[in-house]
Amino acid sequence: MREFIEFFSFADANIRFVTVGSVLLATSSAVVGCFTLLRKRALVGDAVAHAVLPGVCLAFMLSGTKNPFILLLGAFVTGWLSLITIDFITSRSRIKEDTAIALVLSVFFGIGILLLTAIQHSGNAAQSGLDKFLFGKAASLVGEDLIAFSLVAVLLLVTTILFYKELAMLCFDKAYAKTIGYPVRALELLLTTLTVFAVVVGIQAVGVVLMAAMLITPAAAARFWTDKLSLMLVLAALIGAFSGVSGAYVSYTAPAMPTGPWIVLIVSMIAILSFAFAPGKGWVSRLLRQRRNKTLILEENLLKLLYHLGEEKQDFHLPHSLQQILEKRAIPKKQVSAGLSKLRKQGYIEKTPAGWQLTLQGQRRGERVVRLHRLWELYLTQYLQLASDHVHEDAETIEHIITPELEQRLMEELDYPVLDPHSARIP
Amino acid sequence: MNAFWIILTGSLVATCCSLLGCYLILRRMAMVGDAISHAVLPGIVIAFLLTGSRDSVPMLIGAGLLGVLTTFLIEFFHRYARVQADASIGVTFTWLFAIGIILISVYAGQVDLDQDCVLYGEIAYVPLDLWITEGGLNLGPRTVWTLAVVTMLIILYIVLGYKELFLTTFDPAYAAAIGISTSVWYYSLMTAVSITTVASFESVGAILVVAFLVAPAATAYLLTDNFKTMLLLSVVAGILASIAGYYLAVWIDGSIAGAIATVTGIEFMLAFLFSPTRGILVRKKQLQPVQH
Repeated sequence: MREFIEFFSFADANIRFVTVGSVLLATSSAVVGCFTLLRKRALVGDAVAHAVLPGVCLAFMLSGTKNPFILLLGAFVTGWLSLITIDFITSRSRIKEDTAIALVLSVFFGIGILLLTAIQHSGNAAQSGLDKFLFGKAASLVGEDLIAFSLVAVLLLVTTILFYKELAMLCFDKAYAKTIGYPVRALELLLTTLTVFAVVVGIQAVGVVLMAAMLITPAAAARFWTDKLSLMLVLAALIGAFSGVSGAYVSYTAPAMPTGPWIVLIVSMIAILSFAFAPGKGWVSRLLRQRRNKTLILEENLLKLLYHLGEEKQDFHLPHSLQQILEKRAIPKKQVSAGLSKLRKQGYIEKTPAGWQLTLQGQRRGERVVRLHRLWELYLTQYLQLASDHVHEDAETIEHIITPELEQRLMEELDYPVLDPHSARIP
Repeated sequence: MNAFWIILTGSLVATCCSLLGCYLILRRMAMVGDAISHAVLPGIVIAFLLTGSRDSVPMLIGAGLLGVLTTFLIEFFHRYARVQADASIGVTFTWLFAIGIILISVYAGQVDLDQDCVLYGEIAYVPLDLWITEGGLNLGPRTVWTLAVVTMLIILYIVLGYKELFLTTFDPAYAAAIGISTSVWYYSLMTAVSITTVASFESVGAILVVAFLVAPAATAYLLTDNFKTMLLLSVVAGILASIAGYYLAVWIDGSIAGAIATVTGIEFMLAFLFSPTRGILVRKKQLQPVQH
C-alpha cells in the first residue's frame, strides 16, 4: 500500500517521467491503431514494428551516435520502406497479403538482427543499449529520449484530431471520399506515416515484438464497447493509458519485471474481458441474446399451438393435456414442460387438473402469432407469387420477428384479409 | 567441422519449415504461422519449469499443446466473439508471447533461456552441445539429432497425408464432401507447425522461424504452378539459403540465423524480379505492345 501511495503521489521525478512517457506512448499508438484496425490492416503494424530494427542499426552504423532523433529517422525510413514493399509485392505478384506481411516482417527483422549482432561483435562501446529496442525500456525513459518521444506522441495526437473527419471517411467509405474530392492517396500516405511514427515511438515502451499489441489490442477492445468512432478513439486511448500506468507501476514495485510485457499483458486482459463481457457485442451477451430468442420462440410456438387446438374445438379456454400438446407438434418434452411453467408464471396459461388452458391474455398473444403467420403466408403468395405449399416454413421464422408497425403495414397492404392461402381464417 | 554442423542444422530447419510453409501460404495462414511461432514461448518455459531440463520431448509436447491452443483461441475469438480476423491473430500471439517473457523474467534463476535467444537463437552454439554415448562415442550435436527426427516426422506426415492435405488446402468443400475432416487436418497441420517451431527454436529463435516458414515457400510459389515442384523448390531454396547465410554471417561477423533470413529474402526478391513466368521484369517484357 505504501508503495502504491508513493507511486501515485508522483513525488519522485523519475516516476513522473516514466509514467508520462508510458502513457503518451501507449495513447498515441492506441489512437492510430484504431484507424489501422478499421481499415482491416491491423497486422501491418506488426511488420512495421519488426522492420524498424534494421533502420535503427543502420542509423547507428552511419552516424555512430545514439542520438534519439537520428535513430528515429533511421527507424522511420525502414518502417516506411516495409509498408511500401508489402503493397508492392501484393499488387505486382500473386503473393497474398498475409504472406507478404509475414515475409517482410521476418526478412527485415533478420536483416536487423544480422546488423545488430554485427555491431555488438564490432566492439564499439557506444552500442550498448541498442538492443533495448528489442524489448523496450519504458522503465528507464529519461531526459532527452523522453522529450523526443513525447514530442512525437503529441504531434501524432494533434494530427489525428486535425484530420479526424478525413481519416474517418477513409476508413469507412473510401470510394465516397474519392468522389467528393478528398485527396485519398495523400490521406493514405498520412495514415501510413502516422502508423510508422506510432510504431517508432511505441517501440520505446514495449519493444519490437510486442509493438503490434499496442496498436491492435486497445483498438480491438474499444471496438466492443461502441459503434462511434470518436468514442472508440477515446476508449482506446484510455485503455492504452491505463495499461501504460499499470506497467510503469509494476516495474516500480518489482524492478526485475519487464515493463513492456506487463503493459501488453494488462492490455490483453482488458481486451479479452471485453471480448467476453462487453454489453451488446461480447460473447456472453451474444449467448444470452441467443438463449432469450430461443425461449421467446418456444413460448410463442406453445401459445400458437394451444391456440390451434382451441380453433379446432371452437373454444379457446378448454384444457389440454401435455400428451395432446406433444402430439400436435414434435418438441422435446423437457422443453415443453419448462416453457409451459414459464408461461404460467407470466400469466398466459393456467394449469387445471384436466391440463393446460389459455388465459384471455394468452389467447390474445397466441392469436397474434397465428395472425402474423397467416398474414405472411398470404403476402408471399400474393406479392411474390410463391406456391401456397412453399410459404409455411418461411412464415414459421418470421412470425416471431414482425413488429407491430410492420403488422399494420401488412394489414393495409393486403387490405385487411379474412382468409390465408390455405383458407384458414386470419384472426 | 563446425561449419558442417551449423549448415546441416540450418538445412534441417529449412527443410521442415519450407515444407509446412507451402501449405501455410496457400491456405492464407502465413500470419497464423507467425502467431504460433511467438505463442509457443510460454509452452517452452512451462515445460522447462516442470521438467527442469532442456530435454526435447517435454518441450515438444508443451509447445505442441500451446500451438494448438493458439490456433483454437484465434478461431474462438474470431468465430464466437466476432473479433476481426487480423485483430484476433494480433491479440492472441502478443498476449501469449508477453506471458512467456514474463515467465522467463520471474523464473530467471531457474530458466536457462535468455531473451535474445528467444528472438534469434544460437545456431553457432549447436556444435558445442555434443551427444556422447556412455561408451564415449561421439555422435555429433544433440540438436541435429532432434531436428533430424522432427524433419523425418514432418516428411512422413506430408507423404502419408499428402492427398488429404492437398485437398483440404485447395478445395476444402470437396474434401469435406468426400469425407475428409477439414478440422482434423487443420489442427494436425498446426501441431506440426508448432513442433517444428520448437525444434528450430534453439537454433534460429522464435521470430526467424517465420522467415524459414514463409520466404522459401513464397519463392517457390513464384516459380512454379505444380504443387509437388513447389514443395521441392522451397526445400532447395531453404537449403541454399542456409549455406549462403552461413558464409554471409562469417563474413560480416553477425548472427547466422539473421543472415540466413536475409538470404531467404534475397532469394524471394530474385524470384519476384526474374521468375521466368511471374517475375515482374520478365512479365513487363511480355506485355509490351507489338510495334507496327
